[in-house]
Formats: sequence, C-alpha cells, structure tokens
Amino acid sequence: MIVYWLCFILFLVGLYGVITRRNLIKIAISLSIMEFSTFLFFALVGYSEGGVAPIVDPADPVKLYVDPLPQALVLTAIVIGLATTALLMAVIIRIYRKYGSLDIREIKNLRG
Amino acid sequence: MKGMTTIVKQTTKLIAGMIFMYGIYVIVHGHLTPGGGFAGGVIMAGSFILLILAYGSDFLKLLKEESGTTMYENLAMIVVLFLAVSGLLLGTHVFFLNWIPKGTVGHLVSAGILPLYNIFVGIEVAASIVTIFLALIIFKEEVSK
Amino acid sequence: MNPLIPLLVVIPLAGAFLIMILGRFIRNFNKILASVVLLLLAIISFYFLFNTGDKISVYKVGGWEAVNSIPIGIYMVVDGFTAIILCIINLIGFLSVFYSISYIAKYTSEDFFYALFCLMIAGMNGVVASGDIFNIFVFLEISSISSYALVAFGVEKQQLEASFKYQVLGGLASFLILFAIGFLYWRTKTLNIADIRTALGSGGDRKFYIMAEIMLLTGFGLKAAIMPFHAWLPDAHSSAPSPISAMLSGVLIKAVGIYVIIRLFFNMFVINEEMAVLITALGTISMVIGVFLAIGQWDIKRLLAYHSISQMGYVVMSVGIGMILMSRGIRHEVATLAVTGGIFHLINHAAFKGLLFLNAGAIEYSTGTRDLKEMGGLAKSMPVTSATSFVASLSISGIPPFNGFFSKLIIIIAAVMAHFYLLAALAGIVSIITLASFLKFQRYAFYNKEPDKEKKEIREVPFPMLFSMIVLSIICLLLSLLVFPGIRETILTPATDILTDPSKYSTYIIGL
Repeated sequence: MIVYWLCFILFLVGLYGVITRRNLIKIAISLSIMEFSTFLFFALVGYSEGGVAPIVDPADPVKLYVDPLPQALVLTAIVIGLATTALLMAVIIRIYRKYGSLDIREIKNLRG
Repeated sequence: MKGMTTIVKQTTKLIAGMIFMYGIYVIVHGHLTPGGGFAGGVIMAGSFILLILAYGSDFLKLLKEESGTTMYENLAMIVVLFLAVSGLLLGTHVFFLNWIPKGTVGHLVSAGILPLYNIFVGIEVAASIVTIFLALIIFKEEVSK
Repeated sequence: MNPLIPLLVVIPLAGAFLIMILGRFIRNFNKILASVVLLLLAIISFYFLFNTGDKISVYKVGGWEAVNSIPIGIYMVVDGFTAIILCIINLIGFLSVFYSISYIAKYTSEDFFYALFCLMIAGMNGVVASGDIFNIFVFLEISSISSYALVAFGVEKQQLEASFKYQVLGGLASFLILFAIGFLYWRTKTLNIADIRTALGSGGDRKFYIMAEIMLLTGFGLKAAIMPFHAWLPDAHSSAPSPISAMLSGVLIKAVGIYVIIRLFFNMFVINEEMAVLITALGTISMVIGVFLAIGQWDIKRLLAYHSISQMGYVVMSVGIGMILMSRGIRHEVATLAVTGGIFHLINHAAFKGLLFLNAGAIEYSTGTRDLKEMGGLAKSMPVTSATSFVASLSISGIPPFNGFFSKLIIIIAAVMAHFYLLAALAGIVSIITLASFLKFQRYAFYNKEPDKEKKEIREVPFPMLFSMIVLSIICLLLSLLVFPGIRETILTPATDILTDPSKYSTYIIGL
C-alpha cells in the first residue's frame, strides 16, 4: 500500500517543480518527473503476489502471471511522453534565440 | 562540428555495427521476448547517433537539411497503415485483423502479421529519433534573427 | 460492423503522411490533397448523422469478440451524440482548410501546416469515436501535440511564448488524466467505458471514485478552459494563425474537452449530487467572469477568446442543471430540456465562433493590425466581411432569427422551470453584456470614421476566404431550423436520449 502513496508523492514533487522553478529547462524536467511517476503507478497496478513475468515458454508450465496489459499501456505512454518532451525542447531553443534568456520572469510579452 | 579523439573513433568503429545488429535482434524477436518495435528502434537510432557524435558532421559531409530521414519515416508509416487496412480489404473485412496463418508457439516465423508490424514500426521510430537529433543539435545554425 | 468507422481515423492519417512524401515533388499537392481528404470526411460524417438515429454502431477492432459477455478488444462506438460532434469537426475543418489556401501563403514550409492539420483532425475523430478510455487518451495526445506545434507555427516572439504556456498546462492535464485512468483500472480491471459502468453500478467505495472523478474533471476542464483553468486560452487563441484559432476555439475545446466530460459523467460514472453542483458552479463562474474580462479588451482576437470562455460556461451550466435534476430523480422532462439546450448551444457556438475568428483573420490580412483603436470604416472597403461579421455578432448576442437566440432561450426556460431563478437571471444579464461587447467591436472596426493617417490600399480578401465565410454565415441561419419538431427528432433527440437514460449505453454494448 505504501508504494502507491510514494508514487503520488513523486507526482506532487514534480508539480512543485513546475510551479516554483524559474529556469525553463527545470520546468521541462519537472514535467518529465510527473509523467514518470504515472508510469511507475501503472506498472505497480498490475502486480499480483507470486506472479512471474508474462512470457509464455512451452517447456515449463506456470500457474500465475503478472498482468501484462498495464505494461503495454506504459510502453505506449512512454513514446507519447518522448514526443511531448521533444516538442517542448524545440520551443525552448527557439525562445532562447529570440528572447536571449532562459529566465521565465523575462518572458512576459503578452499581458492582459 | 568537429569529431572526438582517436581512441573514441577506433572504439566506435568496432562497436557501432554490433549495436545495430542488437537492435535488429530486439525488433525481430518482438513476439517471443520483451522489446518489439519501439525499444528496438531506439537502439538502432543509438548506433547512428554514436557514429555522428564520434566522427563529427564535417567529416561525414551531412546535408544541410534532414530530408533523407524524414522520407524513411513517412514511407514506413504509410506501409504500417497499409498493413492495417489490408485486413479490411482481404479476408473477412475487419480492420487490423491478423490474417496470415499463425505457426506454433515459440518459433521465429509465427504469430501472423505481428513481426511485419514490428519491423516497420522499428524503422519509423529509428528514423524519427535521428531526425530529432539532427534538427535540434546539428543544424541549429540555420535560423537567423 | 460498419466498415466506415475506422476510415474516420485512417483517411486523415494517410493524407498527412502522403502530403509529407509527395509534397516536395508536385507543386500545390498539399492544398489539393488536404481539401479532398476533408471533403471526404465531411461526406462520411453527414452519412452517419442521417443514418444513425436511435441505434448505436459498435466496431470491434481486430475482430476480438466478447468472452462470457466481457469485452476484451478495443471498441469504437458511434451513436447520436457522436454523429453531431463528427459533423461539427469535419465540416468546420473543411472550411478552415479552404480558408487557409490563401492565408497560409504568407508563411514558409506549407507542407508541415497541412500535415499537422490532418493529424489534428485524425486525433479529434479518434477521441469522439472511441469506446475505451485509454484510446481516448492516445488520440487526445495526438491532437494536442499537433495543436501545440500549430500555435507556434510562424515563429514570432509572442507565438512561441503562448505555445510554451499552452504546452506546460496541457501536459499537466494529460498526466492527471493518465493517473486517473490508472486509478480506474486498479479497481475495475477493465478499460471499456460500458464495462466500467457495469462494475461501478454494483456498489463500491464512494470516496475512491470521488478522487478519480475530481482528477478527470480537472484534467479535461484544463483542456476545455473552464474558469479556474483558463489561463492558457487568451494567449494561445490570439497568437495562433487565424484558421488555427478558428479550429482551436470552435472545435478542439469542444471535441476533447466538453464532449469527454459529458460522455464520462453521464454514461460512465453513476450520477451523484455533489459532482453535479460542482459542475454547475464552475459553469456559472466561467460564464460571468469570462464576459466581464472580455469587455475591456482592445485586441480583436483576445476579445473573441474571452467570449469563448463565457459561452462554454453556458454549455457547462446547462448540462449541470440537467445532472442535478437527474441525480435527485425528479422532473425528467426538464432535465431532457436542459441537456438539449446545452448540446444545441454547443453546435451553434462552433458555427458562429468559427465565423468570427475567420473574420478577424480577414481583417488582419487586409489591414495588418489587430488593435481596434487603429482601424475604422472598413464597411465601405470590405463589404462581404462586414456583412458576415454582422451576422455572426447578432448570432452570438442572441437576437432572433439567428441561431444563438433559440439555444439561449431553451437554456433560460429550462433554468426557470427547474426553479433556479438566480442562474436564469445571470444568463440573461450575461447575454446583454455580450451584446454590448459586440456592438463595440462592430462600431470600432467597421462603422467608425477612417483614421487620417496614411494607410495602405484596403481591398476585399481573395475568393477562398470569402467562400468559407459566406458558407458559415448561411449555416448560422440554417441552424435555427433545428428547433422545429420534425428536424429536431432526427438530429437532437437521439443525442439527449443516450445521455439522459442511465443505462441504455452500457446494457446495449455489453449485450453485443
């Protein structure tokens, strides 16, 4: 039970980083920490006591397998997270070239 | 950008081919062992990135835009979509159906259409990661104010 | 098993990648293929609209049939409500692509624009046509990532900053949604919407499901820009190129925001009173504060973006009133009326808000500015734009015989009949303030004296842009026919029947 609480605490750590950090790259890294905590939570949900990895071997029969569906979902979600982070990094590089600094307090062109 | 020292170049010459072969192994055995299209594609991209970093873009005479890798990525995606739709046209008219005969469990040539999906998804993931690397790191001098 | 259902996703995906391959060899290939793809999709969605009626079409991807009546495959479901949203997405998408044939000629690398646009349409079609919550998440991410890239398309300083803000908040929402999906999978061990409803209906921990409901409401509320979560909307919608603003504000916040909230809270979770009161309160706050923030704006597109928040508040408030009445189990016909008003306002808002953003783009194309204080007297030099903008302004303020009047009337009548007099009064006051705000827009942009500075030659915009604007204004007039009894039976009543009948959706799909 305590591992699920730890996943949620990791999510809140990432959220704290997004809110309070000033450097743009640190905001991007905190966003990645939030998504990794979600993947960890998904992988832990499928665990059942005494199960083995879900690979079928016709030589020796096994009674109990761990649930393989969350593992497939996490694989898809990792690729989606890669695409999100890549696009965020490309926009950060262009912002640095236009504004000249990576501090979020300098980037306030839009108001109102 | 310039390359690295001689020791790195000699080591990379030996290792890069083996990393590429390992990536192909992970892709093709996707229905027997963990891995499959995504993980194998990233390993294949890793070998290309290692070569580019060790030898430098001046030595390899890379073109000024990433048109080659983008073409591979789009072609592989079109083939994946065509394989998915082929279940709709042939056989029993269901999208995404596994219509090639499946062999016995545990052999390399089995499980219907899954190894074909793995191969083309692996090519696509490798091409897109090399495109991202080239666009962000190598060709960063192309935009002027 | 209708084979047209997966084609809704496959055709725009294939179109996007074909544009990238063949666009560098054949000139003008990207515009022609994008228009043809979206025209085909619009025809398919109109076929669904007129043929669905009361039945629910289910497509089992991969042919995996249910085992012991437990669904084990991925299901794609098209029913009455889905058909309406499909028509909105594809028709306004087609008109936006046609508009952007001449608007995007100012930017470089047009191939990427049309490919990303087709990917965004594919993602939105996938969200509304899926019957499985993880599938909704994957297609939601496809369309969101395409829209992040489209907002930053012309790389100016303002567009990059707006895109960064949009990306951080949108990413936060997506990961909250994924966490909530993990929660639901933990307890019910299934991902199918109908199957989760069956598992939830047999009792269980109330506190656990409230946590999942709050996280889903926050995540999708961030995507739909309801009031405490609206901070990205004015910047993103005002800095994007105009056809993308019309798509974002007219279609995206409805298809991936409001549609999923309505579908999950009516058809998946068991309706309870606390969540219904919370949803109504959020809708009312958005409606009131949105319009007060909109009056003081001098930039055209920021004005329209704040009005989007206010009109979405109307829809959420009306749906919330329906939920409150259904949870108490009384006055079922008033609940049906409230939900009908909400869905009708959703359709109307897509039409007139799309038209208003296309007009703002036409003004910016001709005069080169977006500030209301610098323009004036455009009614003489741009007659078609000023006529269509007049039609759209009257529609959004609720003047008969345009479509906004009928949907706001149904919402106010439903609120009065349910004895929520305060909400009805607020809806009326907000409508009057909206009228004041749009009269200001019309006066300063079109009917003022021309400024005396030296100005460029202001001419009417080219033909593709005119065609889209004229077709949308005709649709604004035609949509007011939806309130008549004969036409309403075929289009609006199946949608509200699916939503207000508590178990019709799940019992039909489990039985297949």
